[in-house]
Amino acid sequence: MFPQYDVIVVGAGHAGCEAAHAAAKMGASVLLCTMNMNTIAQMSCNPAMGGVAKGQIVREIDALGGMSGIISDKSMIQFRMLNRSKGPAMWSPRSQNDRMRFAEEWRLALENTPNVDFWQEMVSGLVVKDNRVIGVKTGIGLEIKAKSVVLTNGTFLNGIIHIGEKQFGGGRTGEAAAKGITEQLVSLGFEAGRMKTGTPPRVDGRSLDFTKMEIQHGDENPEKFSFSDETLPLNNQRPCWITYTNKEVHETLETGFDRSPMFNGRIQGLGPRYCPSIEDKINRFAERERHQIFVEPEGWNTVEIYVNGFSTSLPEDVQYKAMQKIPGFENAKMFRPGYAIEYDFFPPTQLKLTLETQLVENLYFAGQINGTTGYEEAASQGLIAGINAALKVNENEPFLLKRSDAYIGVLIDDLINKGTEEPYRMFTSRAEFRLLLRQDNADLRLTHLGHKIGLADDKRLEKTLDKKDETAKLINDLKQKRLAPEQINEGLEEFETATIKEKITIEKLLKRPQMGLEKIMELDEDIKIYLSKYPKEVLEQAEIQIKYESYLLKEQQMVEKLSNMEDFKIPLSFDYLSIPALSAEGKQKLHKIRPDTLGQASRISGVSPADLSILTVYLGR
Amino acid sequence: MAFSLHEKNDTIVALATPQGVGAIGVIRLSGIDAIRICNKIFKGKDLEKQESHTIHFGTIRDGEKVIDEVLVSLFIAPKSFTKENAVEISTHGSSYIVNQVIKLLIRQGARPAKPGEFTQRAFLNGQFDLAQAEAVADLIHADSEASHQAALSQMRGGFSGEIQKLRNELIHFASMIELELDFTEEDVEFASRDDLKVLVEKLLRVIEQLIGSFDLGNVIKNGVPTVIAGKPNAGKSTLLNALLNEEKAIVSDIAGTTRDFIEDEINIGGVIFRFIDTAGLRETTDTIEAIGVSRTQEKMKTASLILYLFDLGDTDMVEISRDINKLENLGVPFLKVANKIDKADLEFVGELKSKHPDTIFISAGNKENLDDLKSRILELVNLDKFKTGNTIVTNIRHYDSLVKTRESLLDVLGGIDQEITNDFLAMDIRRSLHYLGEITGEITTDDLLANIFSKFCIGK
Repeated sequence: MFPQYDVIVVGAGHAGCEAAHAAAKMGASVLLCTMNMNTIAQMSCNPAMGGVAKGQIVREIDALGGMSGIISDKSMIQFRMLNRSKGPAMWSPRSQNDRMRFAEEWRLALENTPNVDFWQEMVSGLVVKDNRVIGVKTGIGLEIKAKSVVLTNGTFLNGIIHIGEKQFGGGRTGEAAAKGITEQLVSLGFEAGRMKTGTPPRVDGRSLDFTKMEIQHGDENPEKFSFSDETLPLNNQRPCWITYTNKEVHETLETGFDRSPMFNGRIQGLGPRYCPSIEDKINRFAERERHQIFVEPEGWNTVEIYVNGFSTSLPEDVQYKAMQKIPGFENAKMFRPGYAIEYDFFPPTQLKLTLETQLVENLYFAGQINGTTGYEEAASQGLIAGINAALKVNENEPFLLKRSDAYIGVLIDDLINKGTEEPYRMFTSRAEFRLLLRQDNADLRLTHLGHKIGLADDKRLEKTLDKKDETAKLINDLKQKRLAPEQINEGLEEFETATIKEKITIEKLLKRPQMGLEKIMELDEDIKIYLSKYPKEVLEQAEIQIKYESYLLKEQQMVEKLSNMEDFKIPLSFDYLSIPALSAEGKQKLHKIRPDTLGQASRISGVSPADLSILTVYLGR
Repeated sequence: MAFSLHEKNDTIVALATPQGVGAIGVIRLSGIDAIRICNKIFKGKDLEKQESHTIHFGTIRDGEKVIDEVLVSLFIAPKSFTKENAVEISTHGSSYIVNQVIKLLIRQGARPAKPGEFTQRAFLNGQFDLAQAEAVADLIHADSEASHQAALSQMRGGFSGEIQKLRNELIHFASMIELELDFTEEDVEFASRDDLKVLVEKLLRVIEQLIGSFDLGNVIKNGVPTVIAGKPNAGKSTLLNALLNEEKAIVSDIAGTTRDFIEDEINIGGVIFRFIDTAGLRETTDTIEAIGVSRTQEKMKTASLILYLFDLGDTDMVEISRDINKLENLGVPFLKVANKIDKADLEFVGELKSKHPDTIFISAGNKENLDDLKSRILELVNLDKFKTGNTIVTNIRHYDSLVKTRESLLDVLGGIDQEITNDFLAMDIRRSLHYLGEITGEITTDDLLANIFSKFCIGK
């Protein structure tokens, strides 16, 4: 019934979809297995993509030739560039999405990708021979052969849903859990753990009083995620709203604490500290009198509303009563209650940087199975796993991103070297080179790499190269072009910046904190005409590169300083245990994680600088 | 946050002989720029034009100030212990001199070597065979243990407390910034720029003090560098001799210091004062008019104390005011010493007293009022710091880290003044934390996040 596939992807969430698309695009034959064809690319939690650090990841996926950016653009109902008041490294695109269209667009995109087959059924096990995966087993007893398998099971592995004292098996509300895979992997020697996450109730928008809330509009001139020309920015947008909890809400919630699975010990898994349930917030930060609630529409047409900030696993009656004390929610009707979900994950220190497992060859893990949280984190891992599975099938070199290349590099490096105790979410502070890893230059950083492996097409590469060339030309011009006092002094006064006595280059002027290219355009008509020739992204790029030159240079120098260590390869067969001089902890950790390079070794917690010196001695010359 | 653990292409420096003992100190440099760096502070032959395995006599200078008379041995790659370009500088064994020379080399681009790093490089460059790997590794292990122990014992008392406090304030500072960056959408309050500025300034003051204490630490052992400045006939030699005779305690027990060549050392109230380049001062070419000239200025700048000496009989008020003005601009503590009070015009003395009430009137020749001068000298060098030695940095690597912390903090301050956004500020704060971490241990982003999560309610 089935041929032997190059890659079987198990699970069709954000990770699975990216993995299947990338591998197929690179020429691999792919089978995408999902328990339900109707829930491909479900946004299980909030109907939004991007945000701080996450928006950068979506841009990176797009720059490499992945689909998350395009799908987000096609399904968005609102766009905001967060952090505009901060420096360019912090600008973070975020979209509010139509949940149903998002899923539909993904499904259509996959259907339009040659080489992707679909199969709807639960995968209950792997076929493993000589520590190498050669296929999967399904619920009705089929065996499908494959050269490699990517597991992206999300929250489905032995998932248990909690609502108050009720608990039942399930991978998502209304969907069954997946059984069998964890047990098999543990018997193969994998270490497994348990994690927890949660989601808020959904309500009927017709029952809310929005006049009691603050309205939050999208950007006036919205941008988009994808660097490609395949999508356009929005013309119309839907607003969101903000409201707040209060003492009464908190008191009502507290009446349910004795029935909370969080507090009575029924939930064993560790939840994220930065995405706490509302009961957790009240409990841990008792002094806070109110918490912010974001009221987010689930789509263009649906009345369903996502109550962001109100994640809870309290009994549904308590959820309901407490919610009605929130301004604007007095008559709220609930569509679905909030719930907590526990699921299995596999500590990611068991993986290689390609996301292939160390124990079983050609088996890859991506997404929540690795202990992460978030659509963007999952999608980027799916992309990397899919790429590497396809590369390995064709016996090509693996595709690795360094910490200085991309947030995706930071994500994977963190997972593999440090593991994670709680669901791992990306923050900009996790990236030591965040000034270089900006959303505006993701294409300049990554598209040539995506093109080299056959993922990003020629058009994308050309567009990126054009942007690069034009930016260089513009920067050069701005360094040459001089403005005279009589030309601009009046305008400078208006912008409350010092006037000039001699001619000044635009570059110099641009370096003033108060000045930007937009303001400079207002100074003089000729400059305006000249600068208007350039596309917006080129102007922006040149401005950033000039304005923050010294900082970017400093960071670039740090990257180069480190590259020595990053280039220092350690053979996979290296026997750490035979070196008596290594510290006991360092020895164990190195043995377990098996770093590719000395740079990677340096980031493993427990490996001391002396251990590194000793390693270099043994690795020698 | 690990920036620099193993850099193969830089030049490292360390004292090769045991610290603080022996008549000679041997400072070793290794790396591609070893010879070039040494050449920058060496006066003698052009070292870059010399052959391998040659020895050269000359002086090590800080600007024009002679630090020591040395022998320099050159080893050109690959014919050295490390198989890199290498230099060995034999100095006199005073730890003051050794540290000054190392400091100069660092300023010219060398980096303090880590424990066992010379041996490690030697191995990496194929100096030993593989059978010796284990021995070398053990050595690194033992060395790093030893230096860790040394650092710990040194950190007891004031130093460790100071650094610890600094570190915590910085972590908090960094967390606040990261909070604002990563959780901008959240309903939390952030630190104000003004508060941040106050904090950084406070940190800078403490760091300055720690950096200063590195010099102080050496001063305790090696004397306060002092210069007597004045016109040729002001009586500099007479004053010096008067002070010397008075004390009859010429300190020359620092092994290897050639008294005649570099310095005279005088014990005043238990503190050693080292009169720099007194040979030069005794010659009558060194005039205060030359303060503006960079050579002299450099020399004076490196002093911890200047005695401005003038002859009451042959200096007018205009000249005195001008000289004082110049000295004030120099920024080094100085005392106004009026000589030959026995022969002075009383009216002029009165005028001077009203204009410069802190002038000390002496007669060097008659040894008149020298006690007053000495007590004022002691006052000026802030004796408390010397005696209690509360906060002292003596490890040159710690010193290096502190200097880099200061640089990064100054960048932070500059950023605040330029109203740069927090993402850029954060980079300099991270650098500060990193360099401080070289003393106290690394701070990871996980630490920052943990700090945020424990203090703030985050998350939708």
